Amino acid sequence: MRRILGKANSSIGKELGALTALILLCVIMSFSSPHFLSLTNLMNILRQSTLIGIVAAGMTFIIITGGIDLSVGSVLSLSSCLTAGMIVNYGWNVWLSVFLGIIIGAFFGLLNGLMITRIPLPPFIATLGIMGVARGLAFVYTGGAPIYTFPESFKYLGQGMIGPIPFPVILMVVVYIIFYIMLKRTKLGRYTYAIGGNEEAAILSGIPTGRYKTIVYSLTGALSALAGMVLAARLDAATSVAGDGFELDVIAAVVIGGTSLSGGQGGVIGSLIGALIMGVVRNGLNLLLVSSHWQRVILGLIILAAVTVDVLRKKGVIIKATKFKGVIMGDQGKRPESL
Amino acid sequence: MYQTVVRFTGEGVVGLGENYSLQMKGITKRFPGVLALNNVDFNLRKGEVHALIGENGAGKSTLIKILSGAHQMDRGEIIINNQKVSIQNPRHAQELGISVIYQEFNLIPYLSVYENIFLGREHMKHKYFIDNKEIKRKTKELLEELEIKIDLDCLVADLSVAQQQMIEVAKALSMNANIIVMDEPTSALGNREIEQLFKTIKKLKNRGISVIYISHRLEELWEIADRVTVLRDGHHVATSDLKAMTKDELIKLMVGRDLTEQFPKRDVALGAEILRVEGLSKRGVLDQISFNLRRGEVVGFAGLVGSGRTELMRCLFGAERFEQGKIYIEENEVEIKSPQDAIKQGIGFITEDRKRQGLMLIRPVKENMTITDLNQFIKRLFIDRRQEEATAESLVEKLRIKTPSLEQEVRYLSGGNQQKIVIAKWLLKNAKILIFDEPTRGIDVGAKKEVYNLINMLVKNGAGVIMVSSELPEIIGMSDRIYIMSHGRITGELTAQEASQEKILKYATKE
Repeated sequence: MRRILGKANSSIGKELGALTALILLCVIMSFSSPHFLSLTNLMNILRQSTLIGIVAAGMTFIIITGGIDLSVGSVLSLSSCLTAGMIVNYGWNVWLSVFLGIIIGAFFGLLNGLMITRIPLPPFIATLGIMGVARGLAFVYTGGAPIYTFPESFKYLGQGMIGPIPFPVILMVVVYIIFYIMLKRTKLGRYTYAIGGNEEAAILSGIPTGRYKTIVYSLTGALSALAGMVLAARLDAATSVAGDGFELDVIAAVVIGGTSLSGGQGGVIGSLIGALIMGVVRNGLNLLLVSSHWQRVILGLIILAAVTVDVLRKKGVIIKATKFKGVIMGDQGKRPESL
Repeated sequence: MYQTVVRFTGEGVVGLGENYSLQMKGITKRFPGVLALNNVDFNLRKGEVHALIGENGAGKSTLIKILSGAHQMDRGEIIINNQKVSIQNPRHAQELGISVIYQEFNLIPYLSVYENIFLGREHMKHKYFIDNKEIKRKTKELLEELEIKIDLDCLVADLSVAQQQMIEVAKALSMNANIIVMDEPTSALGNREIEQLFKTIKKLKNRGISVIYISHRLEELWEIADRVTVLRDGHHVATSDLKAMTKDELIKLMVGRDLTEQFPKRDVALGAEILRVEGLSKRGVLDQISFNLRRGEVVGFAGLVGSGRTELMRCLFGAERFEQGKIYIEENEVEIKSPQDAIKQGIGFITEDRKRQGLMLIRPVKENMTITDLNQFIKRLFIDRRQEEATAESLVEKLRIKTPSLEQEVRYLSGGNQQKIVIAKWLLKNAKILIFDEPTRGIDVGAKKEVYNLINMLVKNGAGVIMVSSELPEIIGMSDRIYIMSHGRITGELTAQEASQEKILKYATKE
């Protein structure tokens, strides 16, 4: 019995749950709308999922450490505006500008990480602050006006196609392959789980937890910037209002994908599925001509449902665990506590 | 083993007892695998202070938990004011006039004194509004009666520990408690504060309130308590007037049991000095601690809870900073500022609270074991999973850890197996100095013996082991030498041959 529960609660189990939900949604949608299963529409869904998807890979790491990052939408906007400025206003080399933009994103992630590990501020507060700072700087730099008309080479980032597949989708897949391997096969990934599993134990095992947390936030900052490039390239415009409310979509994707907000458990594949679920729902509701106002309501309900399922599943486990704990306490019965 | 139960007083028949406020008869409580209380009698006269003593695990806390409704007894009878009662839950216990003041207070820091005292029992005005005036008036009355000089509007967070304790007493009074249980009330108090506490307890007595007084500080009992009941291994050993007893007699009653063959013998020649600490001090916590450890040696650290043992170990391991003192490892002075430094010097720390500090409960067995030395499995950036699993597998076999697989989350393992995983972490790292803080807490007898065997194996392989334990038989049975700490100082050092529980307790209660 215990073994079954152990399995059910493993990340594979959770990812399976999200995958089932995704497939179910697709089946329902394909019956509801004849357009849903067309190649163009499927590619469309994938393309629309890329922004959330790319950032969710990093956010997964952060949430596994037990943290949160609210600044991703603002960092996305600021770094895309600055890159756009370098390219359009100063005429710098496109790839150099993209590279610098990503560095800027990573820098704000680094700031988050340093505040969280050195001061230390709670992640919610630190990233809330940076969210305001980055968004404000984007407005300051652009004066509120969009920067547009990019060279073709830059637009490729958002609009390019490789065969039938949009380039951003390829980019997302590459990001996921890298982050999956990092999470499962490298020290960084292992320590990410360890920190979220029990930070105190990790510290006492000699892990420089501060350093690894900072790396994780920096990576997410870089991914936010990358998503910012893709968005600007797709729209052929960088704006200071881009990515408003984006952080909540990203967090939602991670949570729907089965990564627990209390840390220590989860995985990037689930987050990818979570991003796709959100993409399918949005797309499906569009096809069904549901107004964007109602879409927000429905997405909100989906997030609540996903977290409720997670909590209920945990609760189930907790009930079993206390039963088992009785046995452990039994050993303790000899000396329950020092009185 | 227990035929030697002593009945010191001519208490006679316990049954009639008009002057008893509480009688507990034949209380029996079984936890899976352990008989925590076996047919224990305990009675409390009106207006007396009754000390309840015994070693850790003697059953004091279980008895109190039954009285406070936190546990249900399996067998037995509780009579309060000549009425048989069956205490359902903590709230019910309160209604019966039982109030427990735990070591950790149940106060809300950012509420004021009067809000805390009447929390959950607020007087209301017009049904929906809290009648603060009335609450304040009553609080004032209570505090005056107890002669406590604390401002009503003060936040509890701003009060000293002693003052907070007074608030707890006042709270108990406000609930019309006539039985108050105090769990180690003096453990965090200074001398003058203790005096004040004793004054307050005497006031309670005068009101006819009975106090059950639990303390490890034996000498203070004669100052405050009238009678004493000693528990040992879940049995009632003695109840007596305190005046009829000496401290030595009490200690004998507390520990009086044979050290049977539960500690495996080892025959290890001591090697060179591996660790020396000189004059380690941390303000208010540790005072000029000096000791040494040799290869092949087990050095025990005994002392009461709060004597500074765990803090000393955390300092040694770099988990806490200290102000003064030097640490030498194999004759070289080393600087330890973080656990990473300590680990580099070959120190391993098996923490006291394995769930909070030792293990990642929701992660698999394998990851928990290899976390201390992941580097040895890294091949060109990646973890070599096959090698990692092989190593984890061999550790599981070596320590005989019972787990269905390496992927099992450790929270599903038993306490003994969890503890072995913590030990495995440091075996992997080849630590040469191992600090065991309460290594057998909460694990069963069989697993204990396995932990002892592991310790023996470690020292046989040339490691040095420091063992902190509150279980005296364990510390005497396992150590080559024993340091005893009290109030942040080392108050005594005994060799295995000299050591006895009586001697250790004497040093441990030295002011």
